[in-house]
Amino acid sequence: MSADKTATARYSLAADEFMFVELSEEMTLEAFFRSISITQRLKAMSVPGIIEICPANASYQVRYDPDQLSAASLQEVLESLDREVSAQQVRTIETRVIEVPVLYNDPWTHETLMRFRDRHQDPSGTDLDYAARINGYDSVEEFIEAHSGSPWFVSMVGFVAGLPFMYQMVPRERQIQVPKYLRPRTDTPKQTVGYGGCFSCIYSVRGAGGYQMFGVTPMPIYDPSDQQPHIDDSMIFFRPGDIVKHRAIGRDEYDRLLADAEAGRFEPRVVPFTFDLDDFNRDPDGYASRVKEVLHDH
Amino acid sequence: MTIDVIKPGLATSIQDTGRQGHYHLGIPPSGGMDQRSLRAANLLLGNPEGAAVLECALMGPELRFSESCCVAACGAEMTPRVNGEAQPLNEVFRVPAGATLSFDFVKAGARLYLAIEGGIDVPEKLGSRSTYALGSLGGLDGRPLQAGDQLTLLPSATASREGRRLPESLIPVFSRHYLLRVVPGIYDHRLTDESRERFYEEDWTVASEADRIGYRMKGGSPLSFIEREPPFGAGDDPSNIVDACYPIGSIQVPSGSEPIILHRDAVSGGGYAMIGTVISADMDWVGQIQPHQKVRFVPVSLEEALAARAEYREVMEALRQMP
Repeated sequence: MSADKTATARYSLAADEFMFVELSEEMTLEAFFRSISITQRLKAMSVPGIIEICPANASYQVRYDPDQLSAASLQEVLESLDREVSAQQVRTIETRVIEVPVLYNDPWTHETLMRFRDRHQDPSGTDLDYAARINGYDSVEEFIEAHSGSPWFVSMVGFVAGLPFMYQMVPRERQIQVPKYLRPRTDTPKQTVGYGGCFSCIYSVRGAGGYQMFGVTPMPIYDPSDQQPHIDDSMIFFRPGDIVKHRAIGRDEYDRLLADAEAGRFEPRVVPFTFDLDDFNRDPDGYASRVKEVLHDH
Repeated sequence: MTIDVIKPGLATSIQDTGRQGHYHLGIPPSGGMDQRSLRAANLLLGNPEGAAVLECALMGPELRFSESCCVAACGAEMTPRVNGEAQPLNEVFRVPAGATLSFDFVKAGARLYLAIEGGIDVPEKLGSRSTYALGSLGGLDGRPLQAGDQLTLLPSATASREGRRLPESLIPVFSRHYLLRVVPGIYDHRLTDESRERFYEEDWTVASEADRIGYRMKGGSPLSFIEREPPFGAGDDPSNIVDACYPIGSIQVPSGSEPIILHRDAVSGGGYAMIGTVISADMDWVGQIQPHQKVRFVPVSLEEALAARAEYREVMEALRQMP
């Protein structure tokens, strides 16, 4: 995963209020790092006329007021930021490491996936059985170890309010990949840990969904009624650039943490962290261990 | 002063001018889909232009007013009735204490905006009273109205404007066949040349799945994407991309079959290629198209989009200056 020095960007007008910027056609950590670095800098510049800045996996989008800022001027600003970031002047981002407890193979997603078996590639097993098999794991347990063992980058927050897309921080040949359901479900339990393509996610609200379902977290991640002290006024817990480490938990701990959450006293483990792309690229596995240590030394 | 919801109508929700600045966390702008009609109703009454109103889709609610109060209804043509007696659209009228306000079935357009003196009083969430139902946020408990709900109002700052009417030149005329202007782009290079041209040459019919999130279109020829090796992380369907942000107004075509125009409650991102974006000046019209009506997409340049934007601003300015 060496730095891509010939990085290109494709600027496209989305009518008169949006500019869409594709940094890479395929998902790479480099493209995501550029997206987050450019958008963080753009936000800090507070350019008059820029309304919203949305980083995504390998692209980003800016909403602007063309009466205050022309498309051409906006593109100049974005190109100059990309040059700065791509010239390798920027190799670190300030972020945080977050531990997400997960009850894998839980009864609620199990009940749901059984209801929608006719929309799945393999109606004979569970989503976990299928994902473990097609990714070459001998057992569901080993697969869960892989999913909960590595750190993940929150590469985008969205689809619906507060849903994090997470990109696995391991060399590409070891990344988990699973297709989406053949036809989307009409139901997914709230806080389901899902998987589609090369992305893991956490459903922030109950509703339709096409990702495979692996488990459920007791940790509230979206708080529209303002009852969770660990979530600020934005109502949303995750930010693009957060680093997530899942931790497999049992039913007893799940029940205890859920009771905490319902009483408004859930305390997630969150540690400030400086991510260094070059350090990571030199030794991804060593870096994963360091992320774990950071969480537990804290 | 309270308003009791006797019948909620098909999809009635509290909306204002929406919330900006939260799309990067997946929270869309929301707000009335036809901003021009929403603002016109408030301006007629002397409300703040962005006061919270009821957006009533296709079939209006039935409401009982505890006290006498002025209202204005703009947008879709659904005749308002007070205790059964027809009232004018686009004109301030009074609902007496204890009276029931109802609406006839829609004759033209899709969404009526009912502004009430003072504006509807619900808590602001992230700077807006608009309902975002997918995220259970804003409005009344984050959802459309239900029978048995009770609405309260903010105090009105202005004298009653009973009988005040929108100038004829500022009343929109609804159609059955809309031309929507689109700036082509984003991922339209993924389409074959033939599909890219044909998309703009055919009529599309609005499907029954047409709501605040998006408008699905049917009836045109399926679009073909250029064959390729799927990029890592994009997914196998030729219409897939690595999940990205969706601009409001953007048109995506999952599997090349049914285009979807995203509107103000949009999902903020996903993995389908967008092939263009409806210009901001035409987004109000999208919210007034009924299922089964026809649409033709018209490709325009950024300059044309900006000219249309300037015209739209003039209309809004005229509404603010109306006598």
